[in-house]
Amino acid sequence: MEERIQEKLKILADAAKYDVSCTSSGSNRKNDGKGIGDTGSGICHTYTEDGRCVSLLKILLTNYCIYDCAFCVSRSSNDIKRAAFTVEEVVSLTMNFYRRNYIEGLFLSSGIFRDADYTMERMLRIVKKLRLEENFHGYIHLKTIPGASEDMVTEAGLYADRMSINLEMPTEVGLKLLAPDKSHTEVKRELGVIRAKTVQFDDERKLIKSTPRFVPAGQSTQMVIGATAETDRDIMQTADQYYKAFSLKRVYYSGYIPISTDNRMPIIGTPPPLIRENRLYQTDWLIRLYGFDVQEILNETHQHLDLDVDPKLSWALRNFHLFPIDINTAEYRLILRVPGIGIRSAQKIVAARRFGKLRIDQVKKIGISYNKAQYFIRCVDTPFQLNERDEQTVKQLILRTSQSKYLKNQFQQLSLF
Amino acid sequence: MIVYVYDGGFQGLLTAIFEAFARKQDVVKLTGESRFEPGFFDTSVRVRTESAKAERVWLGLQKKIGVEGQQRFYKAFLSEQAEVLQHLFKYAQYVFRNPDGYAENYGNDDVLAMAQAAQKVHREKHRMEAFVRFKKHQNGLFMATIYPDFNVLPLICQHFKDRYADQPWVIYDERRDYGIYYNGSTICEVVLASKPRALTEQDVMETGLDSHELLYTTLWKDYFQSTNITERKNKKLHLQHVPKRYWRYLTEKMA
Repeated sequence: MEERIQEKLKILADAAKYDVSCTSSGSNRKNDGKGIGDTGSGICHTYTEDGRCVSLLKILLTNYCIYDCAFCVSRSSNDIKRAAFTVEEVVSLTMNFYRRNYIEGLFLSSGIFRDADYTMERMLRIVKKLRLEENFHGYIHLKTIPGASEDMVTEAGLYADRMSINLEMPTEVGLKLLAPDKSHTEVKRELGVIRAKTVQFDDERKLIKSTPRFVPAGQSTQMVIGATAETDRDIMQTADQYYKAFSLKRVYYSGYIPISTDNRMPIIGTPPPLIRENRLYQTDWLIRLYGFDVQEILNETHQHLDLDVDPKLSWALRNFHLFPIDINTAEYRLILRVPGIGIRSAQKIVAARRFGKLRIDQVKKIGISYNKAQYFIRCVDTPFQLNERDEQTVKQLILRTSQSKYLKNQFQQLSLF
Repeated sequence: MIVYVYDGGFQGLLTAIFEAFARKQDVVKLTGESRFEPGFFDTSVRVRTESAKAERVWLGLQKKIGVEGQQRFYKAFLSEQAEVLQHLFKYAQYVFRNPDGYAENYGNDDVLAMAQAAQKVHREKHRMEAFVRFKKHQNGLFMATIYPDFNVLPLICQHFKDRYADQPWVIYDERRDYGIYYNGSTICEVVLASKPRALTEQDVMETGLDSHELLYTTLWKDYFQSTNITERKNKKLHLQHVPKRYWRYLTEKMA
């Protein structure tokens, strides 16, 4: 029995690992005093050797699946070991891992066996058992099964902290190519159901305080990057649309790791597009937290993100005429746009300059990346630059002194003529 | 130079701040008793900790920097670093001497040092909330040992009390040789007679662990391996997040 559970866990954790989301924050479930668990700011309990955080017990209920999506390791035509957990097994694993402080909670996804509702019903039983019988108040992230009935999805939303359903491919065309049975329309329908219910519950709570919370940590989705031919602009436009239309908390970008000999996709052994993935996340941050519009970063003339510099620096170099800005007088939202200055540093700068004009040594100590920022800002003691540098020179200067792991021996030689 | 020698405790620090104010001695070097070495040109003053004086300073700080500011001040103190304590001392003088709001002047060395030390300790607190690994014993007690860089037990006890309200547990700081024990209703400080060590496989056979403990240890290690994507291996990032000094205490990183 123990060996069997060990084998199941190996198979079903391995199959679930391509789901990127591991967020455990954004909910505020409290322990009622005698139960177990709570949620709050989210904790990464450990990190695997690929540097990804482990916050939740991320497993599939089963990797049996009736669908044959080309990009998925659990596709029905793939010759792999199959397994399925029982409801009790998932509950017991979750509780025992949680009690030892290994995890923040459960991330439960599943292959689709028999049909969508049959699968969703099993998953629902697990979350209900955890919440109602085990008195568990930790974090639960539940994947919505495409095609599950509205009733089932709505009920699950009362027990889960977050729900998500994956777009899989950035465009409908890409998805149809690799997974003819799936569609973005179905994803939109399910995201829409949860969104509408969330709004409805929030409205009711304004009148009746005891109205339960519905998916308190919101919804997220995921796209696979680099399996099909979409541009970065396609990807970020899709992300932006979904952020806006469904108030998503997060969109995740998952660099495709070749797992199939299917000739529609990169061949096995092709390294995953890690740098590209990283640049997409940086862009995502700029859009969500730094006040950038996606059009400013990716547009008709810039369909792809630069790989050698981050998107903020890339934007600043393209808009070099807007700089330098005076750190002692510029608006907060402009300081946020300076390469090498993050949110915390920008806040500290704005707070500190009320007490006197800031010098270079002060902004350095505050923690900005002066190596980058120096070409875009003026402090009170910044010396005048007689012959102005152009953006190409600045880019080369930054690259030459940069320690980015992506840039080792990669920067272009300056041409002499 | 005037040197204040105090007991090294939080109340002692606050009392020292009080004394400096009362005696109008601005430039003062602060030294804990255990670290005190009399210098030839120094005048040393022994600060006798008095809770009434400490209380006044603490309330005064609250008026100046609010409850959140107080928390940061306390966190910075728990770093136990001599230079940070000196900054805290000067920080308190600075905010008392200036109008409200100057606690946000990050252009000032002491203000910035306080914020940065508090942030460091906060990070270690957060790390310990993540890195505690309980082992269940036959008597139902969940037991963990840690070795944090800073003295974070006072900061993490509420988190664990809220979260593990229905199980008794002990978290033991090996470096500072004390722990906190939750019995199902209240928390108290404990010092163990026989010092615990980070448990090895061998210990598991010897000590009174719950019969399922080995199973869950194994399952967790397996899970840790299975959820890793080898094609994305990034050892540098891994080490940055899970520095080696913590490995002895992490079930998944034990041999």
